[in-house]
Amino acid sequence: MRLEPRDTVPGALRIGAPVAAGGLALMLSAVPLAWAGAPVWEAFATMFGGALGTRFALTETLTKAAPLILTGLAAAVAFRAKLWNIGGEGQLYAGALAAVLVGSGAFVLSPWVMVPLVLVAGALAGAALMLVPTLLKLRLGVDEVVTTLLLNFIMLLFVQMMVEGPLQDPMSLGWPQSMPIIDEAALPQLVERTRLHSGLVVALVAALAVWLMVNRTVWGFEQRAVGANPAASRFAGMSVGRVMVTVGIISGALAGLAGVGEVAGLKGFLTQDLSPGYGYSGIVVAMLAQLSAVGVVISALFVAAVYVGADSMSRSIGVSSYIADLIVATALLTMLLATLAMRFRLRWR
Amino acid sequence: MTTIDGPCGAVRTQAAGPGVVLSLRGITKAFGDLIANDGIDLTLRQGEILALLGENGAGKTTLMNILFGHYVADAGDVLVADAAGALAPLKPGTPHASLDAGIGMVHQHFALADNLSAFDNVVLGTEPMWRLRRRRRAARARLRDLIERSGLTVRLDAPVWTLSVGERQRVEILKALYRDARILILDEPTAVLTPQETDGLFDVLRRLAGHGLAIVFISHKLAEVMAISDRIMVLRGGRVVAEMPTAETDRGHLAEAMVGRPIPPTVRRPLPPGDPVLEMTGIDVPAEHGRAGLVGADLTVRRHQIVGIAGVSGNGQSALSNVLCGLVHPSAGRLAIAGRDAAGAMHPADAIAAGVGRIPEDRHRDGVVGDMALWENLVLADIRRPPISRRGLVRRAVARARTAEVIAAYDVRCPGPDAVTRLLSGGNMQKLILGRELERTPSLIVANQPTRGLDVGAVTYVHGRLLEARAAGAGIVLISEDLDELLALADRVAVLYRGRLTAPLDTAAVTIRALGLMMAGHDPAEAGADAA
Repeated sequence: MRLEPRDTVPGALRIGAPVAAGGLALMLSAVPLAWAGAPVWEAFATMFGGALGTRFALTETLTKAAPLILTGLAAAVAFRAKLWNIGGEGQLYAGALAAVLVGSGAFVLSPWVMVPLVLVAGALAGAALMLVPTLLKLRLGVDEVVTTLLLNFIMLLFVQMMVEGPLQDPMSLGWPQSMPIIDEAALPQLVERTRLHSGLVVALVAALAVWLMVNRTVWGFEQRAVGANPAASRFAGMSVGRVMVTVGIISGALAGLAGVGEVAGLKGFLTQDLSPGYGYSGIVVAMLAQLSAVGVVISALFVAAVYVGADSMSRSIGVSSYIADLIVATALLTMLLATLAMRFRLRWR
Repeated sequence: MTTIDGPCGAVRTQAAGPGVVLSLRGITKAFGDLIANDGIDLTLRQGEILALLGENGAGKTTLMNILFGHYVADAGDVLVADAAGALAPLKPGTPHASLDAGIGMVHQHFALADNLSAFDNVVLGTEPMWRLRRRRRAARARLRDLIERSGLTVRLDAPVWTLSVGERQRVEILKALYRDARILILDEPTAVLTPQETDGLFDVLRRLAGHGLAIVFISHKLAEVMAISDRIMVLRGGRVVAEMPTAETDRGHLAEAMVGRPIPPTVRRPLPPGDPVLEMTGIDVPAEHGRAGLVGADLTVRRHQIVGIAGVSGNGQSALSNVLCGLVHPSAGRLAIAGRDAAGAMHPADAIAAGVGRIPEDRHRDGVVGDMALWENLVLADIRRPPISRRGLVRRAVARARTAEVIAAYDVRCPGPDAVTRLLSGGNMQKLILGRELERTPSLIVANQPTRGLDVGAVTYVHGRLLEARAAGAGIVLISEDLDELLALADRVAVLYRGRLTAPLDTAAVTIRALGLMMAGHDPAEAGADAA
């Protein structure tokens, strides 16, 4: 038995392998479910119903997918250029913080101005935070995996300082939370009496924009070239440093937008538990999507559905909601198998 | 010498008994749809040097890898003589069995541990793991005796990384002999050697053959095959297409057999040189990663002129090519391209804008982005310029159309502009790069090892295109380790040795022998006198 590399990937396999990977992940996670003594079929049925079964469940899944699409895009854009941005979480908080600074009543303008302003502020803050490790990498050769990862903790502590200090809401009775986003700056609701907000539209537009950038523009061309072969790109006259800086800015801005959506669309104020790790989950989403923009939307929906579904399963069956992490992690592994199947052909001899 | 063909050949070989140390019968090996070896028969006798000649992809290396146990043949038998001379089948698929049967192989890329001494490298793997004492004295005595008999002089106690390439190769051969090899396989052994080192190797090989060692010499260099072998077997497309005693053939016949059609000789018409396109004076480049830089290099190249740069790899070729391609700033000196000063802020983009066409040494690293499509690689340097892009958007139809033109004009064999570049053969990839660079009609062309690793057909093609560019008015810097190539193409030849560039000599007045001496650091005058 041996693996032989494929020259081209057949279309059916390109679609079929990821779907099979998702199915296999669910099958494998049935083992620990059964081990925990849960009725497997019922558990999966509850999970499915809890994620997609009702109108409300569906909007919950979509609400959770919005930040995952944005952090997933942030990771995908950076990883394609081999810029290892592990700092999506910190950039998300930077975006949220900027949204609060601009949108909590320091000035009041029409919503037509306020909402774009909040979005731009959040994107700029995320971009600025990613610019630092990018420049350190280019100028001093500092490993960006380390710097972006550590900046997450620095940013989280900074947010804690802000919400317990200068930005603390005087009406919060001492709870560490920021002043609320004013109505003029809040992202409009999409569906009445649900939590679904227009951050989802922002995320989908961003996905379309990233797809266009990667596949149709000079920027995207250069990013792909630099990621695939920096030596040849430099030889062809590209400025590898400039491309990396652009990538860092775009990636940071996307993660910053995720923070804006959470604070100005969902929660209304900033706390230090605003994100349950969307920045890190974004990396998983991007890897599941094999760094494609369209794939990021699909895999973000999958991951969001698993998390929402697992929550409702744990409520009704009593299995720990950590099963969601397990399913997502298993999906990542089966997806690696699927990419292997796409790149190689198994031969018996 | 018996020529073996047909099904009854096997019987005859067995009858041919005495002296035969190796017999391959009907070896067939396929990789997917590609038949790498198609029913190959081969007989090797004691004390014989057999040359295995063929282009890249002809199946030479596959055949030897089967013999050495790296691959298992789909069909056919490998019979090896034991110490008593009786042929016995070789257990397939294990290098260990091949080593035990007395087959030694020296690969093109050496398999030595750089941090160990030459002695330890030779002994490595021959000592039982569970013995406490190493019995070095006995091993050393045996090795000294081997060196004496074979003429393979090596500094046994020096760490391998301090040895020259020629010495490392001798260590590899000693390794095989130390394990009592009766059959020695050498895969392209001269690729890394100077002409003088090659002569030294040939002396050793003749001596070893005289002692009864059977040698398979794999090469695609006709001159060497003619010089060293007793018998020649030519492979093409996985089949044996010719087999004859060396004395009964000549280079022309061999080239034709190798390629399958007659090869027109490269003709360089004399042209009067034009205006200078490159003027370099006193260029210094610091050494990097143990590879020589440049020390006060002067060079002038004119239109209609090819200046060849000879030298053993690692003597400053990369530094010279990098400076001209805009990858490295010279630390001192003046550089003018097409009459304009260029030493200041040189970047690859500036080199391209100044009209430098660049054929990099390492196609895969610098020449193309392997994972991108052909059309993307063709416009790699033009992506920011109209008509390839407009307002930041790539105009893919324009780029594809231009690629289709280059594919047709430069005979790039590929499925089309959307094919992935990594899948092209070396020759086709080089044609793509040639097309990309020459279509801009550069005034200066820097070709660094432009035919390395290409087969004869592609080499002829590249040579023809370079000569056409010269006729069209380009000045060319041709950096090559292949002296035949330099003498055929270049109008003038300079030699790089430890970062110093000699004054160019007229190609008509120089011999391979003189160049070889200069490549080893001898004075040009002295080398010339020696040659005369």
